[in-house]
Amino acid sequence: MPLVKPGQEVVRGEPIAKAGGFVSVPMHSPVTGVVKAIDELVPTAEGPKTPAIIIDTYEASTQQVLYDCPRDINTMTPEELVQAVQESGMVGLGGAAFPSHVKLLPPKDKKIETLVINGCECEPYLTCDHRVMLEQTDNLVRGIKMVMKATGALRAIIGVEDNKLDAVERIRSLLPKEAGITCEAVETKYPQGGEKMLITSLLGKEVPSGGIPADIGVAVYNVGTLAQLGDLVPLSRGLIERVVTVSGHGVEKPGNYLVPIGTQLRFLLEQVGADVESSEVVMGGPMMGMSTASLDVAITKGVSGVVLFKKPDEDLKHRTVYPCIKCSACLDACPVHLNPSMLGQLADVRRYEEMESDYHLNDCFECGCCSYVCPSNIPLIQYFRIAKAVNREAKTAQ
Amino acid sequence: MLKKAAIEIRTSPHLKKALSVEQIMRNVVYALLSICAWSVYQFGISALALLLVTTLTCILTESFFCWMSGRPNSVKDFSVVITGLLLALTLPPGFPLWMAAVAGFIAIALGKSLFGGLGFNVMNPALIGRAFVQAAFPVAITTWTPSFVPGRFLEFIPSSLALPFMSPVDTSGWVKERAVDGFTGATPLALQKFEHVSVDTMDLLTGTVAGSAGETSAIIIFICGLYLAFRKMMDWRIPAGVFAGTVLISLPLYLINLEIYPSPQFMLFSGGLMLGAMFMASDMVGSPLTPKGIWLYGAVIGMLTVIIRIFGGLNEGVMYAILVANALAPMIDSVTQPRIYGERKQEAES
Repeated sequence: MPLVKPGQEVVRGEPIAKAGGFVSVPMHSPVTGVVKAIDELVPTAEGPKTPAIIIDTYEASTQQVLYDCPRDINTMTPEELVQAVQESGMVGLGGAAFPSHVKLLPPKDKKIETLVINGCECEPYLTCDHRVMLEQTDNLVRGIKMVMKATGALRAIIGVEDNKLDAVERIRSLLPKEAGITCEAVETKYPQGGEKMLITSLLGKEVPSGGIPADIGVAVYNVGTLAQLGDLVPLSRGLIERVVTVSGHGVEKPGNYLVPIGTQLRFLLEQVGADVESSEVVMGGPMMGMSTASLDVAITKGVSGVVLFKKPDEDLKHRTVYPCIKCSACLDACPVHLNPSMLGQLADVRRYEEMESDYHLNDCFECGCCSYVCPSNIPLIQYFRIAKAVNREAKTAQ
Repeated sequence: MLKKAAIEIRTSPHLKKALSVEQIMRNVVYALLSICAWSVYQFGISALALLLVTTLTCILTESFFCWMSGRPNSVKDFSVVITGLLLALTLPPGFPLWMAAVAGFIAIALGKSLFGGLGFNVMNPALIGRAFVQAAFPVAITTWTPSFVPGRFLEFIPSSLALPFMSPVDTSGWVKERAVDGFTGATPLALQKFEHVSVDTMDLLTGTVAGSAGETSAIIIFICGLYLAFRKMMDWRIPAGVFAGTVLISLPLYLINLEIYPSPQFMLFSGGLMLGAMFMASDMVGSPLTPKGIWLYGAVIGMLTVIIRIFGGLNEGVMYAILVANALAPMIDSVTQPRIYGERKQEAES
């Protein structure tokens, strides 16, 4: 809900919208400027247009954030911390963009005992978590302690893929001895950064099918989220920028950039010298990210990367789709041990309910591994998305 | 300024592994061609003609059925070539060519096209073709000729050129004429079964024995299979399961009575077991999907093969073992579904 009116001047860091409920967060102005409109519909990577606050930036505005109020987080109660996290506008920066404070307050009958901190990149191509772990280690450790206090968790484990051992060393060197925080290297593989996969790798436990990590006393946070919390909450600041990996085909200056939330994709790509003419632009990572239909979309809080790919006509377009040859590559690839081959065959003949009732369709989190390995080039993930959507619709119709 | 018209949209995943069905099939063909080369070297021009006839018949049959059903021609996915080559390799080198053509037609028509083509066949098409001619022409399919006959590159084995629907030419005279010492026309398996004579394992490995056109040299088949397994174009678990199953049944029997029952190594390297395990059992379409199911399927083939060979009326059992296991595959799949991540125990039991 907007707090500002058109024509109003805002400074960098100032709240411009408040949360519309518990599972919602406020917004802060990433720039100093003047509000131009408050409910203009803008395109999004997901498709449907959504209302946005448009701010004209003052040319002379600086990076400095003036809108803060230092406080001592050590004396704050867990309740105050949860509220502070919500007020910071923090959401999961790993990609899901789920409001962070909600995970701090699990359902009454569940208690968070272990904090799992995700230092595995969510997807190939992305390196933003790696840079955050190396460059914002202090903030990260502060954020972890704060969240441990807010949840009452007794221990925290940072899981880092073993191709980033420098980050493991760096974090270990800064970990306080008594705090119950450890840092473990885990195998580098996709989707290691999937919440459930990481929990199993670190704790050997599985999240019940259809359940949430809190069911087994776990809460999972991305390193970027905690590093930002460790930075923002002591100063009562809001989330106004994030680290974004820009990489892929035709990017002249690939790298990790600290980007103000709300920056137009077009502007970002111009800065890094991207060859958009011959590329497909993906928001997020290559396995689960979305092709964007417009360069006018904004970098939102959940965008961890922008990856450019060669256009399909040069690579993928001419791939023939063969029938399923039952090679079982997808079964070996599926991280949740589904049977994508069977699901694909059922989807082909539109037996969508059966996919859900007999073959656990809803356990699929669309990591894309089955589509990736399929030698027959069957669009399995696309099938599953359609099936899920149709089933959802059928349920709401009832 | 960046232009808007340049945008392309696709759904994730935006990456794709570069291994396609066509590539897999092509590599299987390469592997089979090395086995074919040995077969032609060993049996000469008859083996070559046999390979050509079955492969061409298979290709023509597939094209015909695609045309009949109005589907795009699927010959270029190479799977039909595999069927053709495999079929020829399982037939005796002097098998009449017209019968081979019948086998090729049946293999594709009944074994594959009627089910809907690649990916939909229940059983291995090449073995369907062979099973048909085994029943239709029992004499011709058990008439073996010696290997390394002088002049084999210039002259056909007389039975190869038999006219359609005529009684098969007797090759015993021709064999005698070639004066090959001690050739009885019996394969190692027949010798073992009916006369309890075991052929030296070394001969089985190198393939200097009588047998089907491409089944005699276990070592070449094994190496070709390894190549495919190494390139991840064949599931190594299937042949491994077959070997394990074979040893599992044959070893205890061998230990019970060394006189009557053949040794496990003889079982492994004789007859069609190596070719069957490496190239037919491992045919992706007919094999189960689940990890446990794959092992079970391989073991069933190995065990059935030994049981048929020792206790059945035939001296060779690989073909029926694979066909039976193919038929069982969907059932194996349904009883070996893997546990889903996070699935609750009580749910799994109910």
